[in-house]
Amino acid sequence: MPHDDLNQAHAHSVLPSDAELRVNALETLLIRKGLIDSEALDAIIDIYENKIGPKNGARVVAKAWSDPVFKARLLEDATATVAELGFYGRQGEHIVSLENTDSIHNLVVCTLCSCYPWPLLGIPPGWYKSDAYRARAVREPRKVLAEFGVVLENGEDVRVWDSTAEIRYLVIPKRPPGTEGWSEDALTEIVTRDSMIGTAILPVSE
Amino acid sequence: MIKRCAGPVFEEVWHAQLFAVTVHLNEGGHFKWQDWVANFGEMLQARGLNHSQNGGHDYFVAWLDALENFLSQKGIAQLNDLRDLRIAWQDAYLSTPHGDPIIVE
Repeated sequence: MPHDDLNQAHAHSVLPSDAELRVNALETLLIRKGLIDSEALDAIIDIYENKIGPKNGARVVAKAWSDPVFKARLLEDATATVAELGFYGRQGEHIVSLENTDSIHNLVVCTLCSCYPWPLLGIPPGWYKSDAYRARAVREPRKVLAEFGVVLENGEDVRVWDSTAEIRYLVIPKRPPGTEGWSEDALTEIVTRDSMIGTAILPVSE
Repeated sequence: MIKRCAGPVFEEVWHAQLFAVTVHLNEGGHFKWQDWVANFGEMLQARGLNHSQNGGHDYFVAWLDALENFLSQKGIAQLNDLRDLRIAWQDAYLSTPHGDPIIVE
C-alpha cells in the first residue's frame, strides 16, 4: 500500500462539527494574542461543572426559612446577604430575592437571553434559554406553569420578573408543610432549582 | 410545550469552551458584560424570527456567531483570521495520524 494511502487510512476520519472547529480557532487566536490562557479556561469550566450549582441557592432558602432575621435581610438586600455566605461573583453583582406567599407566586425569566444568578443557581437549564420559555413566560405565565405541573391552589397572583444583565432574581419558595422543626441541612436537601426559578412548588413532606 | 430534560451543565465540550472564553475575556476587561448581553440578545432575537430556538445547540451556535461578530467589531479578533485558523484546525484533524495529538500552535 502506498505510504500516502496508509496515512489517509489512519488519519482522524471523524471531523468535528463546524462549531467545534470555530471555537478551537477562536481559542487559538486569543491565546496567540495573549488575551486568554488555557489554564484559566479550564478553571472556569471546572467551577461551573463541579462547584457552583443550585445547592448554593438551596442553602440560602433553607436559612431564610429557619431564621426570620436572615430572611428580612435577604428581602432587603439579597446581594450583600448572600455574599456573607460566600455566594458572590460573576452574574451575582445585583441579586433580588422574591418571596412566594399564599397570595403571590413569582416566576423568573430572561426575555433577552438567559441572565441568571450564577453564584446561587449555576448555569441555567436548556429550557430557561429556549425561545418557548423566554417568550411565553411573560405572555401566558399560568399556561407555562401548568406545563411545569404547577397548580396554584390559592389563586395566587403570578408575578413575572424579567432578569437583565444588571438584576438577577432568586425566588424563595413557600416552605412545604410537614417540615416544621427540620434542620437547615435537611431543608436544603428539599429545595429544588426549579422552585427557585418559580417553575415548581415544593411538595408536602412526609 | 416547553421541553424539559435533565442533563449535564454543558451538553457538549465546545459549549463549555465558548462559555469560558467569553467569561475570561470579560474578566480580563476586554468588554462589559452588559454590552455582550445586548449583542447576544439581538442575535437570539434575529434567529428566533426564523424558527424557535430550543435553548440547546442552536443557543450556543447563536452565542458563537454573536461572539465572533462582537470581537471583530471591537478589533479583538478579525473574522478572516478566525476563518484561516478554522481551516488550519480542519487540516490538522484530517492530516494527524490517529492516536497523535491534534495541534495548531
